[in-house]
Parts: sequence; C-alpha cells; structure tokens
Amino acid sequence: MSSGSTVTTTVTKASIYTRFTGHQGVMIGAFIVLAIVLVALLAPLLAPHDPYQQNLLARLIPPVWDSRGSWDHVLGTDHLGRDYLSRLIYGARISLLIGFGAALISGLIGTVMGVMAGYFGGRVDMVVTFLITVRLSMPVVLVALAVVAIVGGSLQVVITVLGLLLWDRFAVVMRSSTLQIRSMDYVAAAQAVGCSTKRILMTEIMPNVVNNLIVIATLEMAHAIILEAALSFLGLGVQPPLPSWGLMVSEGKDMMLFEAWLITIPGVALFLLVLAINLMGDGVRDITAPENRN
Amino acid sequence: MLYYTLKRLALAALVALTVSFISFGLLYLSSDPAIAMAGETASDADIEAIRQLYGFDRPILVQYFDWLQRAAAGDLGKSYYFRTDVSALIGERLPTTMTLGVCAITFAILLSVPLGVAAAIRPNSLVDRIALFLSVMGQALPSFWFALMLIVFLSVSLRLLPTSGSDTWLHFVMPTVVLGYYAAPAIMRLTRTGMLEVLSTDYIRTARAKGLRPPVVLFKHALRNAIIPVVSLAAVQFGFMLGGSIVVETIFALHGAGFLAWESITRNDLPTVQGLILVFSLFYIVLTFFADLINAWLDPRIRIK
Amino acid sequence: MAFVTLLPQKTEIEEGAVSERVLDVENLSIEIPVVGGMLHAVDNISLHVERGETLCIVGESGCGKSLTSLAIMDLLPKKAIRTVNKMSLNDENILNFSEKQMSNVRGNKMGMIFQEPMSSLNPSFTVENQMLETLSRHRNIVGSQAKDLVIQMLEKVGIIPAEKRLRQYPHQLSGGLRQRVMIAMTLLCEPELIIADEPTTALDVTIQAQILKLMKGLQNDFNVGLIFITHDLGVVANIADRVAVMYAGQIVEEGSVFDIFDNPSHPYTRGLLSCIPVPGKIKRGEPLGSIPGMVPSLVGDFQGCRFSGRWGDAHEQLDGADIKLASTSDKSKTYKVKGSETHLIRFCCEDCLKKSYIFDKRKAS
Repeated sequence: MSSGSTVTTTVTKASIYTRFTGHQGVMIGAFIVLAIVLVALLAPLLAPHDPYQQNLLARLIPPVWDSRGSWDHVLGTDHLGRDYLSRLIYGARISLLIGFGAALISGLIGTVMGVMAGYFGGRVDMVVTFLITVRLSMPVVLVALAVVAIVGGSLQVVITVLGLLLWDRFAVVMRSSTLQIRSMDYVAAAQAVGCSTKRILMTEIMPNVVNNLIVIATLEMAHAIILEAALSFLGLGVQPPLPSWGLMVSEGKDMMLFEAWLITIPGVALFLLVLAINLMGDGVRDITAPENRN
Repeated sequence: MLYYTLKRLALAALVALTVSFISFGLLYLSSDPAIAMAGETASDADIEAIRQLYGFDRPILVQYFDWLQRAAAGDLGKSYYFRTDVSALIGERLPTTMTLGVCAITFAILLSVPLGVAAAIRPNSLVDRIALFLSVMGQALPSFWFALMLIVFLSVSLRLLPTSGSDTWLHFVMPTVVLGYYAAPAIMRLTRTGMLEVLSTDYIRTARAKGLRPPVVLFKHALRNAIIPVVSLAAVQFGFMLGGSIVVETIFALHGAGFLAWESITRNDLPTVQGLILVFSLFYIVLTFFADLINAWLDPRIRIK
Repeated sequence: MAFVTLLPQKTEIEEGAVSERVLDVENLSIEIPVVGGMLHAVDNISLHVERGETLCIVGESGCGKSLTSLAIMDLLPKKAIRTVNKMSLNDENILNFSEKQMSNVRGNKMGMIFQEPMSSLNPSFTVENQMLETLSRHRNIVGSQAKDLVIQMLEKVGIIPAEKRLRQYPHQLSGGLRQRVMIAMTLLCEPELIIADEPTTALDVTIQAQILKLMKGLQNDFNVGLIFITHDLGVVANIADRVAVMYAGQIVEEGSVFDIFDNPSHPYTRGLLSCIPVPGKIKRGEPLGSIPGMVPSLVGDFQGCRFSGRWGDAHEQLDGADIKLASTSDKSKTYKVKGSETHLIRFCCEDCLKKSYIFDKRKAS
C-alpha cells in the first residue's frame, strides 16, 4: 500500500539481535542444538558407562521409569548389555560429525559451482545447471547405499559419500542468489572501478549470499544426519560397534515389539536433533530473507 | 511449443546419457568388480576366470559402450545372485513400487495442497499454525523410524493393519503414509507461498472488483496460477519417492524394486544395482520432462509465445 | 446506444425519478495498524459524484487517494479499518451491505479500473473467458448472446476486430490493449459509477492520450459517474468536471475544474500548479516551482500542522476577505471561496490558515 511508504524501518545490529531472540523457533532450535553439541563434546565426562562395554548378564534392562529399571542404567541397556544412555551420548558425536562433515564438503562443492554459474553465466552456467540436473536424477539413497556397500562402511566413507551427493541444493540456491546480487548496481560499480573478479566475488558477492548459505547449510546438515541414520539402519552406513543412532534403532528393531523403548529412545534423539537444526535454519531464513520462504 | 518440447527432449536425452555413464562407472570406483563378485575367499584363478568371463579385463570405456548398447536394447545383463535377466527382474518388481509411489504422491498431494491453500487464505491463523507445525515435524521425522513406530502402534498394539507383504491394499496403507508424509511438507509450503503470492496480485484484486464470488476468485483465479510450480515439485518429489522406496519397502517387506535394490546391494549383485540406478534415474528424467510439458501447457505465457 | 436494448431488464428506476447523485460518501476515515502505531491514511473526507460527472482526485503518492477508491469498493486490505458515516450508491445505502451484497454491486453497478494493465488481467485465462465470467456472474447471460455482447463492447473501446482478441491471453496484448480490455470489462454491466485508479500512469504518453480520449467519450455515451484518480494535473485539466485535491489523507481543496485551475485557493494546490510548466506563463530557463519538505508521517495520533516544514520561503499570502467560514465541524476548518458556492478549501489547523491568508481587520471593517 502506498500509504505505508511513510513508515521507515531502520535495521540496526540491535534490532537484528532482538529479531533473533524474539524468534521462538530459532531460540528453541538453538537451545536444543547447543545442548546436544555440549553433550557430544563432554561425552567422556557425561557418559556414566563405557558405551562399548558389553555385559551379557545385564542385557535389555529397561529404562528407569519402567518398574524393572534401575538408576544404574538410566535408559537401560541394549541386547549386548551396553549402557543405552552412554551409547546415546556418544552417538550424538557421530550424528553431529556426519552433519558438519557432509555439509562442509557439499557446501564447498555446491557454493563454488553455484557462485561460478551465477557470476559468469553463459557456458559455465549451462554446465553447472546440467550437472545439477544430472545429480537430481540420481536416487540419493540408492547411490549412497551402493557406494558404501562397494567401498565399505565407515564414518569417513559415509561423510564423503553424503558430501559428494548433497551439493545440489547449495548449487541451486547459491546460483540464484549470486545471479540476483550480480545484477545489483554496486557490482557494476565495482567492475567499473576495475576490481578484480576475485575481489568482487570475495567482497561484493560472498557477503551478500552468506545468509542463504547458512540456511542451506543447516538444512543440509539435518538432511545428512537423517540419511546417515537411514543408511546405518539398513546396515550399510556406520558399522557396529559404533553407537550411531540409526544403528541403535536397527539393533533394537528385532526386539521392538517387546521392548519398544529400544527404538523409541534413539529415534526421539534423532528427531529432536533434526527438528532443532531445521528450526534454526527456517528461523534464520525467516529473519534474514522472509521472501525466500517455501 | 514444439520447439520447447524438442529442446527439453534433447536435454533429457543428454542427462540420461550422463546418468547412465555415472551409474555404470560408480561400481568400478573401488576395487575390482571381479573380486567383489567372486567373494573375499576366492582364489586368484577364480577371480581371473570371472574377470575374463564378464569382460572386466577390457578398457572401461569399451565395457561402458558395450553395456550401453545392450541397455538401449533392453538388456541390462544377468543378475549374479538371481541368475536371471536384470530387466525381467526389475520389470517384475516395478509395478509394486509404482503402485506405492502413485499412492504416496496422491496421499501427499491430497494432504498438503488443501492444507497449503487453507493456510494461505488465513495467514497466521490456527490452520496456518497447525500446517506449519505439521510440516516442521514431518521434515524432522526419519522415515525408517516413523515406519517402525507405525508398526508398533497400528499393527501390533491396535492390530489394525498388516505389518508386511503386498497381498492386499491394506498392506499398502502404512508404506503409503510413510513414503508420502515426507513429501507433504515441501508441497504444502510451496502451495502456501504460491497462494499467498497470487492472492496479493493485481489480477486477484480485479477478480474481486468484478464482484466474483470468493470460491471463484480462490479456486479459478488464484489456485490455477499457484498450482503451476506445485506440479513441478510434485513430479520431483514423486521421483525422489521411488528412490526412497528402498527404505520403506525393506521395512514393510514389500517386494518392489526398492526391496530388490536392497537385496542386490547387500549381495554385491552389481548388474542389478546398475540396472536399478539407471531405471530409477531414467524414470525421474521422464517424469520431470513431462512435468515441464504440463507446466508449459498450464501456463499460457510459455505455451503461446 | 443500440446494445443497451440487448440487455434484459435492468432493475433500475425510470430515468428522471433517479437522483442525479450517483455516489455520496460522508466522513470516510481509513486507519491501518502498522509497526509503531496506527497509520491514519485517510482522515475524515467526504465526496460525491453526479451522474455523467468526472470527479478527479489528485494528490501525490501516499496521500490516500488509492485507499479512498478501494474503500468505496469495499476492497481495502483486511487489516485496514474503515469508518464512514454515509455511503450511498444511487440513494441506496450500501454502508451496511454484507460482503455478499457488496459483491453483487461490484463489477455490476460499480466498476474499477486499475493502474497496472500488465498485471491486472489473469495470465491463465483468455480475454473471452475473463469477460464472459462478469456477464454470467451479474447478468446471467451465457453462450452466444454473451459473446455478442462482449464483442460489441470490445469494439466500443476500439478493439477492432474483436473476434481475434477474444481467444488471446493477456500476455499477447500490449499495455494499451489490455487497458482497453479492462475498460470494456468494467463497462459490460453498465455500471453507475466507475473508479479509475491512475489508469494511464503505466502507459506510454501517446497511448495515455488515446485511453483518456476513449474514457472521456465512453463516459459521455454511458452517462456514468467517474472517479478518476491521478497525480497528473495535465490529465485533470483534460478530463475533470470537478476536482478534489488530497494531501496527507485530507481533501484540502475541492471545486469545479475552473475553480481549481483559475483560482487555486489553498497554498498546496497553488504549489502543485506551480510545479507544472505552462508555455507562455513561465519564462525559458526559469526554474519550475517545487514544494519543499516531506509529507509528514501519519502514524500515531497526529498532532500539529500537516504542512509544517513545507512552507516555501517566498510563499504568497492571500487576502482573507476572499474566503468565508463554511463549517467548523471537526478539527479542520472549511472555508468557502468567494464567487463559487462549491469551491471549498480546508485547513488542518489555525497555523495553516494564518500562514495562507492575511486577515487584516482594519481592511475588513
């Protein structure tokens, strides 16, 4: 409405800060993520038991809220008598490592491709767009499973494979944001005064697309965590005895009809972590670029 | 329109060719496929025999063109494990996966489009908040875990649905829900933003200024325009679903192509895995090709230049 | 007008018995809640339009002229709050009409043409489809009879041959053609009142002139009341019978087009007129007039003068004897300008009045 044009909003650092703290989703998400990161970092201090210590005499002890449970194993023990809480705590390390690692690799690939395509246009853009189309045509889960099966499952392999597969959204978003910034007058001005391409990319383009990069990075982190859990669940991801949450669900699956908590506990942990990361990503997008919401 | 179609067709063909090369090359990434086939315990002589029998000793490009030529004729080789034609094997399993995929995408659309429209009509209302809540929750729910929880509650505790197999339509209910819910949030959000955007356009104001009734404004003038990008997204999601069927089919023991993929991957059955990756990719390419055509047909600005 | 007879029963009272006043609006205010308070976009304005008359509402961007038109159509954004004492169309009170009743009025007795012809037509439907739906909605005419009417109307607005255009989509038409289609669509049900919100602003200058001429002609043919909103005084001079000058949500001056152009009596109107170049009146090289300062923010409880900071150094004061207090209702003071019963000016405060007019008591006595 034209009548609203008399209202001016000034965006200051303080107001961005209050926009973050005033955004419920971001605050809840950040709180949960921070808590899980802390738990992962302090795992040796927090875990009551050795997550790999088997005790065949103390198998399948239910959590403490069950009448058969005990405070010695707050979340019970698994089919090999390993303390479930300790495994859950160490499992946070795996999920976070996968999330960070895969997002880092795919972020690097996707950002370089997207920014190049958006900035240089023409043939570069054609090639990148083509590569994105090719990548989207390949079924992620199937390819990841096949490669892990051939190369052999390990944490590094899973991180690398997911990193090499999940760059598509980075490329798509970075390409369109770069295209948008590229057409701004200040980029033309920088070119006019003779700044080098490298300098323009680093000082004009990157700072303006970094918000979108953060949003995609968080969402892809969540994506990678879910995919790792699914791969491990199918037995073709992180290998035992590592305490991956997906693997824990898989190991508990045979007993789930009798001891539902075996799958409920790691599943809820996974759900909470992914939910929290997504809340943060969505929130950052709402705050920095509400028009990109969909 | 004809030029547009031809251009898209050429692109689709080029993508298909590239995908075929990657899906062929992927499995040569690591070690010697002959070793993989023969198993860790096989003797060197056995491995050498297999290598010669399957032609693994030839240059990879020669092998690729050989494979491509036969693939084009519908021959994807013989399965190491099932000892039958890969094409026949996939052809036999594909209908189950297709049924599942169609059910799941229908479920996702029926759930998300009305919800997205309702949310857009009254932004920040209760409906909008519920829709947003569901979509945030849905995106965070790992499908394999959701599937197991459904089994525990619906099949075992309440005894409502069968847990595994593909004999009756009841067997498809849980797999449909599990496969479909994951696509729903994206479609819901796109419908919502699309509707919000369209509802604030000048032509909607014109429609209201003409005195048209709200349902006509909403469903004829607004939804018709807002649905165009949703069609593309639904096609993409449908393609992703077929890829995602591997998790769902494995859990519900639905004997479709996804289950076949899991079986062949765990058994190092390379020709079957290759064939499946190719078939899934091709399907996705064909799907997005048709989605683009439907899009162009729906949008007169593309259809009539 | 041969095609009028094609229309079945128009449920109107016989000519002559009808009041000549098509639209009567009294004390309209529009408030919009925004960040930081309430935006008082339109403040207590009244206006009326006679049959066959063109009322131009003129003012700069943000003065509330577009909102006023949307308020009359009852198409304001949901969060906007409209308060009005009287709103009648042909002596029928439409103030308390339900949304359903209003939708029967819109596009039927009251039509609207918008600024952006490029985006005002739905890109997914043909011209035919979009025109037919108006007829079927309000007149229940469908089929070949409806199509004939549509073709006649398109020819009436200068789209010849019309047949070919029927099957086209908006993106296949030029801006001028689209605006013609909009006009034809608005005239289809022979409304009593047409509101045109800057219908020529987005068009090329030559097309602008064509569309203006067309609207002027059609208004005569159809004897329809027209509210024409614009910021272009050249257009006003061309088309208006009466003019209302809006500033910061208020009508500061209204009168016949001659009153306004020959005897502008509010300093704002005078300022606006000094901004347009008139050959002969302004010497070559002489700077055009301008109004200093900015429109005040209307957010929150507005106190003080709406013109503070906008008085030029050399603004000319007029003789207070030329105006006479007409009404002291509300906050604003309304004065009649000598020599015309319908030429009114309003001041937002005493300050404004004193800065505009010199009331020399000795001279008055």
